[in-house]
Amino acid sequence: MNLPGRISRRGVFLKLAIFFNAVVGIILAVPIVRYILSPMIRERKPGYASWISLGSLNDFPAGQTRLATYRNPVVNPWDGETADVACWVRRIDTENFQVFAINCAHLWCPVRWFPQSSLFMCPCHGGVYYADGSRAAGPPERGLYQYNYKVEGDSLWIKAGEVPTPTRAANAKPGGSRCA
Amino acid sequence: MRLIGSIADWFDRRAQLGKPIREMVEHPVPRETASWFYVFGSAALTVFLLQVVTGILLATVYVPTAGQAWDSLQVLNREVTLGWFIRALHGWGSNFMVAIVFIHMVQVFLFGAFKFPRELTWLAGVFLLLMTLGMAFSGQVLRFDQDAYWGLGIGAAVSSRIPLVGPWLVSSLLGGPIIAGATLSRFFVLHVFAIPGILIAVVGLHVLLVLKLGINEWPRPGRTVSRETYLREYHELTRTEGEPFVPYAVWKDAFFSGFILLSIAACALYFGPIGPGGQPNPTIIQTVPRPDFFFLWLYAVVSLLPSSLETPAMLIGPAIAVFVLLALPFVSGEGEKSWRRRPIAVLIVLLALVAFGTLTDVGRDAPWSPVMDAWSGEPIPAKYLTKRTALERQGALVFQAKQCHNCHALDGKGGQRGPALDAVAVRLTQDQLIRQVIQGGGNMPAYGKNLNPAETTALVGFLETLHPAGQAPAQDASRKLAQETNAPPLSSPPR
Repeated sequence: MNLPGRISRRGVFLKLAIFFNAVVGIILAVPIVRYILSPMIRERKPGYASWISLGSLNDFPAGQTRLATYRNPVVNPWDGETADVACWVRRIDTENFQVFAINCAHLWCPVRWFPQSSLFMCPCHGGVYYADGSRAAGPPERGLYQYNYKVEGDSLWIKAGEVPTPTRAANAKPGGSRCA
Repeated sequence: MRLIGSIADWFDRRAQLGKPIREMVEHPVPRETASWFYVFGSAALTVFLLQVVTGILLATVYVPTAGQAWDSLQVLNREVTLGWFIRALHGWGSNFMVAIVFIHMVQVFLFGAFKFPRELTWLAGVFLLLMTLGMAFSGQVLRFDQDAYWGLGIGAAVSSRIPLVGPWLVSSLLGGPIIAGATLSRFFVLHVFAIPGILIAVVGLHVLLVLKLGINEWPRPGRTVSRETYLREYHELTRTEGEPFVPYAVWKDAFFSGFILLSIAACALYFGPIGPGGQPNPTIIQTVPRPDFFFLWLYAVVSLLPSSLETPAMLIGPAIAVFVLLALPFVSGEGEKSWRRRPIAVLIVLLALVAFGTLTDVGRDAPWSPVMDAWSGEPIPAKYLTKRTALERQGALVFQAKQCHNCHALDGKGGQRGPALDAVAVRLTQDQLIRQVIQGGGNMPAYGKNLNPAETTALVGFLETLHPAGQAPAQDASRKLAQETNAPPLSSPPR
């Protein structure tokens, strides 16, 4: 009964059915998309970073740079040892520190500290940094990423919780940022 | 036999698949296409099936959690009966898969098979190539070891550089704030559900198109493609000199597929399973991450680019490459198919092969990586220490202690990040050596703060002895003149 120029009953029902499914699709899509984006939503609110203790100040002699590890504050039981994160702690003097991310600013390979030459070297593409984390040579375009830190009582705390990227909180300027 | 026949009959009366399948396998193909050059597509399909089967088998043991994946791979390698062999089949199958897909693509490109009317087949093929590489990378991540962990880091670091959305992209790639359980789960879903699902659908489309449009005829120089006449000409070709695909052409496909499966099994048996390497513990920093074989060329490109070009090249380069591949059948959809009349096509393939080979080779050596233990593990060759003064030998000690050897080779040993120093005294005068050591530059850190004057003097003294016998060290012209005329130099030497 689909005469030209006339609206058929079936045609209307088909359009209604399509419309109905489109509405249902949108209703379902909203929670699905929010579920997929959950890591980003979580990142903005409440955020991943929090204050973590790196241990006693006595573990970090003045004038030295030492490796420290901490357990990431946002962690699931099945994360295993991947939630253990390493960082370099440089104690400049009694009160002043620098805490560097382990990741090279180039492509995130783990940098190693050589006290003899006072340099951080990256095994991947030869990025090199001076003791204060500033860029010395190689492909990195910037110095090492730094964590904000504070000294409370006898222990050293850093604000950490997520991988360092150029726009994140762990990104203080090289040589700058004392206490947040 | 009669029972099987009657069951088949019963089935076919209901499903009615017999006739279309018979038509499909017996469809006429041009006689010349029954060639050993036309076997790579079916071989890729065979290896894909092998990957599906071995993948399902591995999933019965593998645990996709960051805390236990590595342990479950160890169990597969050591405890489960023949678990190592299934892992080896899957790993070597992956290498063969990537190789065969690339060879298939080169063959299709050189034979002009992407031209009208097979543009969509080519597009689906490009898509399949990308997804094969996606499977190779995500599979490498599931082999959750140190290389996988730091490889993910590299992927995240690249994504973080994308303007505006970078950090968000990192979070969604990692599934959380750091590389951990959620990251592995994501890649497990990609490797086991998402990409294979799409892959199966696109493979179906790809094969369907080959059947609908017919296999590309053997290209002859002068037999050009024109949109107006091609379909009629192809139809005429299969009518006059066509032969049924089964059995006329298929036996070569079958032989080659069997040969490839046997080769994979042989590699699996001989070389064994691939990895896993060290445990994915981010606090173990004594690691030198390396990508798998098929990504070594990319590793080399990233390492060799000047740093100013790096971010644009990494972000835009792949997009341009994919765009060129997708645009190819539309830019060059007609005309000559034969490689004999397409010199540029042949040159492109040769260039790509040479580039791939060279970059892979360089990527394996990775001369841009410092040798992190050369300062303590590679002694200075004895010939550079004999007949030297105490000061010069002290300088050799400084050379080792300050990690110079990590980036500078002596007698072919040590890092190659910086130039080899076997003849450095010929290139640089004493003043230039001092300046270079103190101030750095040319991609070398400045050692001014890390060397005291005595160490600098000793080190430069040692470096000045590094010149081939019979070739005098470089000398500052003004100082030479001053020595000859016995006049005091314009500026006093720094030591």
